Amino acid sequence: MYRRVSIRLRKQLVSVLILCAGLVLSVSTTVQAADPAKGKALFQANCASCHNVHKQLTGPALKGVEDRWSDKKLLHQWIHNSSSVIASGDPYANALFKQFNQVMPAFPAFTDEDIDNILGYIAVEGARDPNAKAATPGAGGAAAEEGGDNSLLFGIITLVLAVVALILMQINSNLNKLAGDKEGVATPEPVPFYKNKAYIALGVIVLFMIGGYFTIQGAIGLGRQKDYMPEQPIHYSHKVHAGINQISCLYCHAGAEKSKHAMIPSENICMNCHKVINEYHGPDLFTAEGKKINGSAEIAKLYDYVGWDAEAKKYTKPGKPIEWTKIHNLPDHVYFNHSQHVVAGKQQCQTCHGNIQDMDEVHQFADLSMGWCINCHRTTKVQFADNKYYSIFEKFHQEVKDGKIDSVTVEMVGGTECQKCHY
Amino acid sequence: MEQKKYWKGLEELHNTKAHQEIVKNEFGEELPFDESDSLLGATTPRRDFLKYLGFTTAAATIAASCEIPIKKAIPYVNKPEEITPGVPNYYASTYAVDGEYVPLVVKTREGRPIKIEGNTLSTVTNGATTARVQGAVLSLYDSARLRYPTISGTETTWAELDKQVAAALNSLGGQPVVLLTSTITSPSTKKVIGEFLAKYPGSRHVTYDAVSYSAMLLANEAAYGKKTLPSYHFENAKVVVSLGADFLGTWLNPAEFSQQFGQTRKINQEKPEMSKHFHFESMMSLTGANADERFTHKPSETGAVTLALYNAVNGGSVSGIADKRLADGIAKAAKALKNAQGKALVVSGSNDVNVQLIVNAINNLVGANGATIDWATTANYRQGIDSEMAQLVSDLNAGNIGALLINGVNPAYDYFDGKKFADGLKKAKLVVSFNDRKDETSELCKYAAPAHHFLESWGDTEGKTGYFSFTQPTIAPLFKTRAFEDTLLTWSGNATNWVDYLKNEWMSKLGGQEAWDKTLQDGVIEPSTAPALGGATFAGDVAAASAKISSAKKGGKLELVLYEKVAIGNGKLANNPWLQEMPDPITRTTWDNYACVSNTLAKQYGEQLGDDYEIHAAKNVLRIKANGKTIELPLIIVPGIHPDVIAIAVGYGRNMNAGAAAGGVGQNAYPLVSYNGQTFDYFASDVAVEATGTKYDIGITQQHNSYEGRPIIKETTLEEFIKNPKAVNEDREELAKYGSDYRADATLYPNHPYPGIKWGMSIDLNTCFGCGACTIACQAENNVSVVGKEQVIKAHEMHWLRIDRYFSGDENNPEVVFQPMLCQHCDNAPCENVCPVAATNHSSEGLNQMAYNRCIGTRYCANNCPYKVRRFNWRDWNGADSFDNNLYDVSDMNDNLTRMVLNPDVVVRSRGVMEKCTFCVQRLQDAKLTAKKEGRPMKDGEAKTACQQACAADAIVFGNVNDKESRVAKIRNEEQTERVFYVLEEIHTLPSISYLAKIRNKDAAPKAEGEHAEAAHHG
Repeated sequence: MYRRVSIRLRKQLVSVLILCAGLVLSVSTTVQAADPAKGKALFQANCASCHNVHKQLTGPALKGVEDRWSDKKLLHQWIHNSSSVIASGDPYANALFKQFNQVMPAFPAFTDEDIDNILGYIAVEGARDPNAKAATPGAGGAAAEEGGDNSLLFGIITLVLAVVALILMQINSNLNKLAGDKEGVATPEPVPFYKNKAYIALGVIVLFMIGGYFTIQGAIGLGRQKDYMPEQPIHYSHKVHAGINQISCLYCHAGAEKSKHAMIPSENICMNCHKVINEYHGPDLFTAEGKKINGSAEIAKLYDYVGWDAEAKKYTKPGKPIEWTKIHNLPDHVYFNHSQHVVAGKQQCQTCHGNIQDMDEVHQFADLSMGWCINCHRTTKVQFADNKYYSIFEKFHQEVKDGKIDSVTVEMVGGTECQKCHY
Repeated sequence: MEQKKYWKGLEELHNTKAHQEIVKNEFGEELPFDESDSLLGATTPRRDFLKYLGFTTAAATIAASCEIPIKKAIPYVNKPEEITPGVPNYYASTYAVDGEYVPLVVKTREGRPIKIEGNTLSTVTNGATTARVQGAVLSLYDSARLRYPTISGTETTWAELDKQVAAALNSLGGQPVVLLTSTITSPSTKKVIGEFLAKYPGSRHVTYDAVSYSAMLLANEAAYGKKTLPSYHFENAKVVVSLGADFLGTWLNPAEFSQQFGQTRKINQEKPEMSKHFHFESMMSLTGANADERFTHKPSETGAVTLALYNAVNGGSVSGIADKRLADGIAKAAKALKNAQGKALVVSGSNDVNVQLIVNAINNLVGANGATIDWATTANYRQGIDSEMAQLVSDLNAGNIGALLINGVNPAYDYFDGKKFADGLKKAKLVVSFNDRKDETSELCKYAAPAHHFLESWGDTEGKTGYFSFTQPTIAPLFKTRAFEDTLLTWSGNATNWVDYLKNEWMSKLGGQEAWDKTLQDGVIEPSTAPALGGATFAGDVAAASAKISSAKKGGKLELVLYEKVAIGNGKLANNPWLQEMPDPITRTTWDNYACVSNTLAKQYGEQLGDDYEIHAAKNVLRIKANGKTIELPLIIVPGIHPDVIAIAVGYGRNMNAGAAAGGVGQNAYPLVSYNGQTFDYFASDVAVEATGTKYDIGITQQHNSYEGRPIIKETTLEEFIKNPKAVNEDREELAKYGSDYRADATLYPNHPYPGIKWGMSIDLNTCFGCGACTIACQAENNVSVVGKEQVIKAHEMHWLRIDRYFSGDENNPEVVFQPMLCQHCDNAPCENVCPVAATNHSSEGLNQMAYNRCIGTRYCANNCPYKVRRFNWRDWNGADSFDNNLYDVSDMNDNLTRMVLNPDVVVRSRGVMEKCTFCVQRLQDAKLTAKKEGRPMKDGEAKTACQQACAADAIVFGNVNDKESRVAKIRNEEQTERVFYVLEEIHTLPSISYLAKIRNKDAAPKAEGEHAEAAHHG
């Protein structure tokens, strides 16, 4: 039975993939087609705190939601304003309301396209086996390794050729000596290569260059913490929360939209869910060293910090703060604002933090160096046409209109100037 | 127009040799250069230098490559809903210290107040602030504050203190309880006091103002039957005559009056009219410096001058005035007053009841009542009656007072006979102080029950009848202090706490929680329509008052006048390093009080121009005897002070308990005050002076940053401006020879493009009164360091915005002009070209950016800046370095408590880097970001610099010049085309700050004596 289901799933997956590929190919012609990638972002930002595709949370599991609703229009209406559908007396809507005993919040801001995108994502995600491992990162890694192999190969070839050249030169000089001896021309005794001043000078220069390269790299790297992965007081897994359970990043890091700080959530945010979720039943968790983690014990640590008695289901002690170890550290002379990047710049968290939803323990993904910031500012395009703030840049608007430029980067509006980040 | 000669000091006027030398030197100190012949014989030979260089490089490398410190991120356990880390919250509050009334909005970050702004919803101040109001936020974090209640100096609990005080109050044996406070403008606090005193029959509340306005209250009672102050409306006055009232600096409520007066000083070519301001005084005050016509007299002549003005206004002639210039001035002022019937106002700073009565009489004659003086809405700014205080002191000494509870006053320091007060205090059975620190009075009290700072308090304030402003905590109390009202409520057996008491009081008046919340949000309650101005019927006895004035004793050869400095005031905020280091608007002096004297008087006491004076910090010390007291103070030459008058500021000479910044700075001048049986006199009519032969160092910023005589100010008179508005900018025609477009044609290089925003500022020299609120606002906003007196002497002060004060004309009666000088953000900046590491460069928004971490401290930029606005960190003032020994801390700025005032959005600069005005780039970025996040264009006025926001008179306008609808663009291109000028425009620096030429409402500019002689010679 199980096998058959999985086979069917696989078939579905294949068909969905084909469908997706088709959609991608036909994207230029069919504007209205659902975009699962956009849908994913919307889903995570708006739906994931109550819904999972495969599991029932506060709301029902959404897999196959389109099949459950008789009318797609009605489903759209439900998402826009669920109360109105209930009020209209639709039997399925009322059954849902009865089952979950609460009304889904209205999302009047969604366009029909948004909803289609979300439904598209649900369809794609629903077709995926939730227990299957994600395959893409491995593939990417292999590609990267291949690149590494090539340069190593070139390096080895260069080295071998250099040694061959050296030997040939030695042979050449020895042969010259022999030829000279034979013809009676006095040639000086050949100096062994390790005493040859030219070789020594060459060697010193090469060593100096290599030494200098590593010194400068080291100096530049001072204070940088790429891949920094400290041990935290609680083994909090982003993979479990943001990955498997698909909780929106902004649910906990609410500051990212409002403030310069994304904010590490206060403990009351954790307790919003963990009042109920007091045991861990997900996939096994391991530390970077391979030690197995007892998830339920980690939740108990949280209870200890906030002073929650899980048996009595009430707070029994005054809470004490959790001293997390800060991973992403910017120097004091750098001003960085999360809301600027998330709201105005419409950047995804993953751009700077990597695939955080796949990290059990968070490590620093980017080196957070100035060069890294600047490079992004040079290439990233601002929301030039959509954001009315940029209406004052008349010159660029004219140039876009005239076709001189096709887009405006952050750099063009002053985004690489000193006092945008240092003041 | 001929360029006037401006001078910062007399040595510049006379161009002495020492002056020429100091102008040539960039540094205000000896540089440690060893010019020895033999290299190795030098104290620091090159070889040593290289050794140290090698060692420090290696040491720094090792230190830097040690492990990176682990940082913690600690979130809230339960995050308060209203706090988002990184996003400021704003709370309405009130500055009601010593009767001043300034409604505020306080900016807090992560629960700590970091900046104070004026509340623009108040129609009384319209968002105006003063330097002291701006500085008050630092006083919250004053490390000298008492941190817990004490009994006989040892820490105790509030419960224990309450128990002991209650017992003591119950065993007074019928002797009265006296509550001694400064002026209280809170109706609810007054009610609490009333309820407390009712428990103890025979008790009374005595109000005592350190600097008294008793005479005004008494004169108003005599003239109008109202023992109160009226509301003044300077904005309605066409002619203002001030008889020694420093209404722009220290008089009553300067924020309000500066704001009103500023409205009458705005002028453009379309509407060339402005108020005319006459000023009569003995010393040179801030308001005097801003007057159109200014005349000096001895303090003992105050009555005579007032009387002469009265007679002249009343149709008589000016009599009894010997000085011809003064007499002419009085006649002129009287004529102007009469011509401006109903649009005139006379104010006086005298604390003599008879003088104030005559002032009332003059105001009555010129129709001020109901026009520029409002008796329908009265002001509560000062309430102290001097005789009540004198009575209390004699009662204390007679042993007639059972308990003395002291709140917010410090008579042991600022009462003229502080010793008598201290002696009397010892005879009371119970003495409690509510003061915030162990000051001169508190240390005599057995019980100290420290009250909250106002930023930690709840409260209401009724500045004027019907005009309320509220106070709410902006931070939880830092220490174990308790609200004064809470303490009184406890002692009167009322179990309600102060918050509920206040809330109940207002909920019943306002009708519910919602209205109360709205009130706290707005901060102010005002009549929905401003009540009509009310007049009053004058019923004073002018004849009796004039008889008393005429019979007053004549002054001696030398006279003394006591005054408040704009920054320090009466001395309550003395332990505020920002205010201590703010250069006095007139003398440009920091960290001290001193004897202001004229040049002629100085010569008699050993100061000779051309030698040391003002070039070196050491000043001759004078011994001054007046009213039987002696004080020794260094002298400072102030052009424009009356030649026979010495002026000394009160508020200095606090003891060491007052705090690190105030302790031992200057001398206490309050003992020189005298009591005339009715009011305190802040002058002495006979003074003996002798030179002590000693010297004392004073930190004057006057000599720093010389322009070497380049023309940087433009001014004209109203008459000339009406005749030919273009005259003031005649020299700009010179620029035409570079081509039709000076900006583009006068340079080889391409201009910077400004595709989006181009920031620009306009400063109106006509409405800049030089009060210094902007300087302190800038300091608070931008974490500008305090450097201490020793470093000020070396010209190391760090203010990003300074207000240059220039004299012109006759050195005895000079004209004064104030010019705020800050980074001009030149579009062709000389500093940018010379930086070897491009640490300072130009932004696409017209900002001259400074990247501190790129700066290597060559100081080429400062050297090349023609405006002298760049500041170098000679020391680690703020604890920005990681090496503790680098710290140079004069004012507790490295105490973790004091550091809470730092603005987290602005970097604290470390030693060895250059800094300067950024146009408050953090605010500009914030305004842009808000607009961007909302997806709309930025509105004009959304981005405000700190100096602009602080300015009471709205002299500073800032905005995007590319936006043709912005105020700053309109000023430049439409409203003020004739007055706009740029400082040193001819050198093609293309500054982003434009100034508006000053216009004086006077007939002709006075000529300097030298010029007179020259003119005669030529004639």
